[in-house]
Amino acid sequence: MNRLNVELPGLSLKNPIMPASGCFGFGEEFAGLYDLSVLGGIMIKAATRDERFGNKTPRVAESGMGMLNAIGLQNPGVEAILGEKLPFLSNYDTEIIANVAGSTPEEYVEVARMISASPVVKALELNISCPNVKCGGLQFGTDPVMASELTRRVKAVSEKPVYVKLSPNVTSIVEMATAVEAAGADGLTMINTLIGMRIDVRTGQPILANRIGGLSGPSIKPVAVRMIHDVSREVDIPIIGMGGVMEVDDVLEMIYAGASAVAVGTANFVNPYICKEIIEALPGRMDELGIEHIMDIRGRAHGHLHRA
Amino acid sequence: MIQQLTILSNRKIAKGATELVCRLPERQEIAPGRFMHLKVGPLLRRPISIADAGDDEITFLFKEVGKGTGELSGLQPGMTLDALGPLGNGFPVDSVDEADHVLLVGGGIGVPPLYYAMRKLVERGVRCSAVLGFDTGESVFYEDAFRALGPTTVTTVDGTAGTKGFVTAAIETEGVDVLFACGPEAMLRSVQHLDIKERYISIENRMGCGIGACFACVCASPSGYVKTCTDGPVFRAEEVIL
Repeated sequence: MNRLNVELPGLSLKNPIMPASGCFGFGEEFAGLYDLSVLGGIMIKAATRDERFGNKTPRVAESGMGMLNAIGLQNPGVEAILGEKLPFLSNYDTEIIANVAGSTPEEYVEVARMISASPVVKALELNISCPNVKCGGLQFGTDPVMASELTRRVKAVSEKPVYVKLSPNVTSIVEMATAVEAAGADGLTMINTLIGMRIDVRTGQPILANRIGGLSGPSIKPVAVRMIHDVSREVDIPIIGMGGVMEVDDVLEMIYAGASAVAVGTANFVNPYICKEIIEALPGRMDELGIEHIMDIRGRAHGHLHRA
Repeated sequence: MIQQLTILSNRKIAKGATELVCRLPERQEIAPGRFMHLKVGPLLRRPISIADAGDDEITFLFKEVGKGTGELSGLQPGMTLDALGPLGNGFPVDSVDEADHVLLVGGGIGVPPLYYAMRKLVERGVRCSAVLGFDTGESVFYEDAFRALGPTTVTTVDGTAGTKGFVTAAIETEGVDVLFACGPEAMLRSVQHLDIKERYISIENRMGCGIGACFACVCASPSGYVKTCTDGPVFRAEEVIL
């Protein structure tokens, strides 16, 4: 019996672990280190219509147990991804989730239409929460009306299920989640990075060339767990959880909170083998904790709290 | 690709320069100019250039500037160090023509990888000379080691050792066929377009993953961005816009 498999809209995951978008490129760098087929899925780097060069450097700064980044959606554009990146990924037995970004609703729709037509792509991740681009990105992810309108338009053209990536940079993430669910989202991925800034005390200026960046890493894990917990109680669509996962117990925490699968981001930069290691560690840790199937614990942290 | 290094020695050899010698878990050939991504500091790794390597030993020379390098300078003999690498592309020491004259130009903490490169070139019988620039006399290191390999000029900004002035003022390009350079960006900019047939420069950048996946360490090039970690850190001078 496979104790790790998870069935989600469009995705038949052999295990619930996948690298998060932007933290794994298009898989090529990691393919030389281990067999990508061990992964439940891969969330590939964001695609925009045209090639984007991204922000100036410095693009990263460490902050406590976290990392601020402002890459700026550097990517070769959707056509190059379709022509050059996806054929490589088709060699692996793992589910590919394509991250779709844009500056205008029209761009999101066009990229979603093009990339969802690829047989390699099993689902879309609608990126309405990138904090590092001037236009679009986060603005779609902080206004429930704009987010649901965009979700509806992308759903109308997408040949594959659409997971909406939620931003934690909102007052009520539950409001965002229920809005995109009502607009037809097939699932949610959460959380994207928290907007932050670091200042170099020698110059008195922000370290990042973009001034602000997105905070990821262990520092944000409790925020992610809380948000997954809150949202999963209020929606009926599945959640792929992410935010500071570094080890196997972090995965279990997210699933207890309500996630159906878990993405690993920043940890890939510290240990490029981390996804494989977590997958290998899961059965043993489940034995220790008396968990038979990974989905047996999903949402178990919800308890029986009465809603106010 | 992740190796556990054992610390053999760790000592400050000049102002702003600490030399860390480690044992590798197995013998390996490491090309000069490549780097190791060391797990020190709170979260992310730190890319550190290689000052020398041979058999099962590797030497790093670094400047203590923050949390990561601070932790590195506190490592004691016998302790282990988690290293991802060697990573990146090094200097083409094996493809330089034996009849060529190679000039190595280093500035400050950019000097270490040039020592290893020069040692490998001299081993092949390639004629080399070095120009090394430092802030002040107290920060000069490896001067004798370079002199043992070939003609070496040392410059200091304040004139307390060697020739007073910037390294670039002491460069003589006459008869030089190949340039290897590593140092501060201002120094690299001034040597980038020297009248030398083949020019290679090693650049430094804040890095994330070190393996080309995160796009943190990009550098402008005539064709867009290149990645310092996997396209470099050693580039042909015309490949990057500094």
